[in-house]
Amino acid sequence: MKYRPLFYFISFLLIATSIFSIAKWGFKTSIDFAGGSILEASFPGQPDKAKLSDLFTQQNLPLNSISLANQKNYLFKFQNITPETKTKLNEALKKFDPKYEELRFESVGPILGKELLKKTIFAIILSSLFLLLFIGRRFKDLSFGASAIIAMFHDSFILIGSFSLLGHFFGAELDALFVTALLTTLSASVHDTVVTFDRIRELRRQNYKIDWVNLANQAVTETIVRSVNNSMTIIFMLLSLVVLGGDTTRWFAVALLIGVICGTYSSTAVAIPLVLFWKRKSQK
Amino acid sequence: MASPQKKTRNIFIFIIFLTLVCLFLNLPKSIPISLHLGKINIDQTLTRPDFAFKIGSFSFKKDLSLKYGLDLAGGASLTFDIDTTKAKKENIPSALESLKGNIERRVNLFGISEANVMISNQNGQNRLIVELPGIENVDEAIALIGKTAELNFKGETTIPPEATASATIYDQFSADTGINGSHLIKASVEINPNNSEPEVALEFNPEGTKLFATATKKFLNQRIAIFLDEFPVTYPTVQSEIPDGKAVINGNFDIKSAKTLAAQLNAGALPLPITLIQQSQVGATLGKDSINKGIKAGLVGLLLVSLFMIGNYGYLGFIADIGLIIYGLITLALYRLIPISLSFPGIVGFILSVGMAVDSNILIFSRMKEELRLGKPWNTAMELGFGRAWDSIKDANTCTIITGLILFNPLNWSFFNSSGMVRGFAVTLLLGIFIGIFTGVFVTRNLLRVLAKKN
Repeated sequence: MKYRPLFYFISFLLIATSIFSIAKWGFKTSIDFAGGSILEASFPGQPDKAKLSDLFTQQNLPLNSISLANQKNYLFKFQNITPETKTKLNEALKKFDPKYEELRFESVGPILGKELLKKTIFAIILSSLFLLLFIGRRFKDLSFGASAIIAMFHDSFILIGSFSLLGHFFGAELDALFVTALLTTLSASVHDTVVTFDRIRELRRQNYKIDWVNLANQAVTETIVRSVNNSMTIIFMLLSLVVLGGDTTRWFAVALLIGVICGTYSSTAVAIPLVLFWKRKSQK
Repeated sequence: MASPQKKTRNIFIFIIFLTLVCLFLNLPKSIPISLHLGKINIDQTLTRPDFAFKIGSFSFKKDLSLKYGLDLAGGASLTFDIDTTKAKKENIPSALESLKGNIERRVNLFGISEANVMISNQNGQNRLIVELPGIENVDEAIALIGKTAELNFKGETTIPPEATASATIYDQFSADTGINGSHLIKASVEINPNNSEPEVALEFNPEGTKLFATATKKFLNQRIAIFLDEFPVTYPTVQSEIPDGKAVINGNFDIKSAKTLAAQLNAGALPLPITLIQQSQVGATLGKDSINKGIKAGLVGLLLVSLFMIGNYGYLGFIADIGLIIYGLITLALYRLIPISLSFPGIVGFILSVGMAVDSNILIFSRMKEELRLGKPWNTAMELGFGRAWDSIKDANTCTIITGLILFNPLNWSFFNSSGMVRGFAVTLLLGIFIGIFTGVFVTRNLLRVLAKKN
C-alpha cells in the first residue's frame, strides 16, 4: 500500500478531468433520449457530403448532420420527422441517386425520450440501492460497505466523464445501451471489490493480530493476479468487439471496457486505501 | 451407496452426454458429406430430424433454428401512442382488444410470418407496438396500419370454365355492388329463435338499404363476398331478396366466431386513434453484416482468452478451455430451446459473459496455486481451491445477477426500462452467468477429477 499517494493522485486526476469535461462540453445525447430520427443509407456513387447537404436544404428537409458509418454508409440525423416527411425524403434521395438504398431508419418521439431518461435514472438509483443492501449484508463492517460503494461511484463517475470526453472528440453518444453499460459497470466494480474484501476477512480470521496495512498488502498481493487475469479475459473479448464488431455497438463495447478497467483498478486502488483510512481513524 | 470414484465417473459420463446432446442441437439442419477415398465414395446429406415427439395426446414440436432479433434479421419495429381520451373508460379494454385484432389483420396482409402486435401500458399511456421482421417497404406498412379499414361487398361472377383453375377469389367476386363500410350502421350477434344457433345481423342505412335490395335481387341464390381491406371475411349465399336493409348471415357459427365476424364488420375505422411515436428499421444487409462481425469478434476473443488461459495456467487452462467450449455449446443450445431471439446487444452480452465465465476458473486456479505452494498434494489442493473459491464466486456473481435482473425487468414493471435492446443484453448476460457458474465450477471440477488423476 505504499503506492497510496499515487493512487489518490490518479483517481483525483481522473475525476477532475471528468468534472472538467462534463462542465465544459456536457454530453452528446442520442435520439434515444433527445428524440429525433436517424437514417443510414448507402449510395453506390459515394457522393460528396456537401452535395447531399445541399439537397436537403433545397428540399427544405430538417437535417442536423451527415456522417459516415461503417466507412461507406451515410448517416443522416434529423429532428423527429413525420411519416409524410419521410416519404418526401425517400423520393428526393431516389431522384438524387436511383441506386440509393435505405439500410436503417430510426425515429423516436420526444415524449419517449423523456420517459427513457426517467426510467434510466430510476434504474440506476434502484440498482445502487440493491447493491448497497447486498454489501451491507455481506460486510457487517461499515467501513467495508462504505468503501465499496464509494469505489463503485468513483467508477461510474469516471465512465460518465470519459463519455463526455469521447463525445466531444469522437462523437460518442449517450444512449440506452450506454446506460446498460453503466449498470454493468456498477456490478462489475462491486464484484471485484467483494473478491478482494473476502480475502481480507479471511486473512483476518487466520491472524487476528496483524495490523490493517500489512493485512491489506497481503490481500492485494494475493488477489491482484487473479483480478488482473480476470479483467484480461473480459478485456480480450471486449477489445475484439471494439475492433471487429459493427458500428452499432462499438461505443457500447468501449463503455463496458472502460467500466471493467476502472472496476479492477478501483478495487485495489480506491476501495482498500479507503478501508485503511477508516480503520486508522477509528484506531486513534 | 456408490463410491466417490463411481460417482465422479457417472458425473463425467453425464457431462459428456450433455455436451453431445448440445452439440447435436447446434448442428446445422443438414450437413452434406462427401468423401472420396480410393474406391469408397460417400456422397450424402445428413439431416437432423425435427425435434418432435408425441406421448398420447400430447405432442411436442420445436423448431430449433436460432432466432434473430429485428436488428440482425432486418425488419421494422413501430410504436404508436393510442389515444384513449375520447373513449369511455369501461369501453377501453374491449376497444384495445379490437384495435389489436384489427392491426393484426392488417399486418397479416403483408404476409409476414412472425409479425408481432402488442399492447403495452407505460405509466397509464397505452401503446401499440408492431414488429415486422423482414419487411422491405415500411412506409407502406405504416400507412396501412394507420388507415381506416375498408369494407366492400362484392357479388359473385361466373368464371369461364377454362379459367377456373387460375381464378383467384378476387376474380370470382369481382362484381362491385357499390356497398361499402359507410353504408353499414352496425353488425351484431343474434341467436336464431328456431334453432338457437348464433347469427350475425347486419343493419344498413337508407342508401345502403337500396343498394342492398338491388344486390340481393341481382345475386339471388348466388354468393356475395364481404371484403375487409381487400381480405375476404365471409361469403354468404343470398337466400332471398332483402328490401328492408336488415340482413342475417347464418352458417356454421359458434358464439365466438360470430362475435369475431361482427367485430370485423364493425371495424370500419380503428376503434381508437393512433399516432406513430417511434420507428426503427434495419435492412437485411446491415443485419447480416452485423451478424458476421459479431461472430468474427466472438471467435477472435475466444481464441485470445483460450490462449491466455493455457499460457497462464498450462494444463489447468486447457481444461478450463474445454469447460468454455461446453459453456458455448450449452448456451447456444438453450438459445435454440427457449427460444431467445438474438439481437446485437444480445451478442455483446454473450461475448461479455464468456469473459466472465472463465472468472470462476481463474479464482479457483489462483487458489489452487496457493495451496500447492503451501506444499499440499495436487488432489487436495484442487479440492481446497474449489471449496475456498466458491464463496467469492457466489458473492461476485450475485452483484451481476442483481443488475441483470433490473435491466431485464422480468415482471414488466412500467417504471423500468423495457427497451428490446437492453433486455436482449440482459437476458444473454443473465443466462451466461448461470451457465458460467455451472461449467466453471461443476464441469471443470469433475473434468479435473477424472482427467488429472494420473498427474
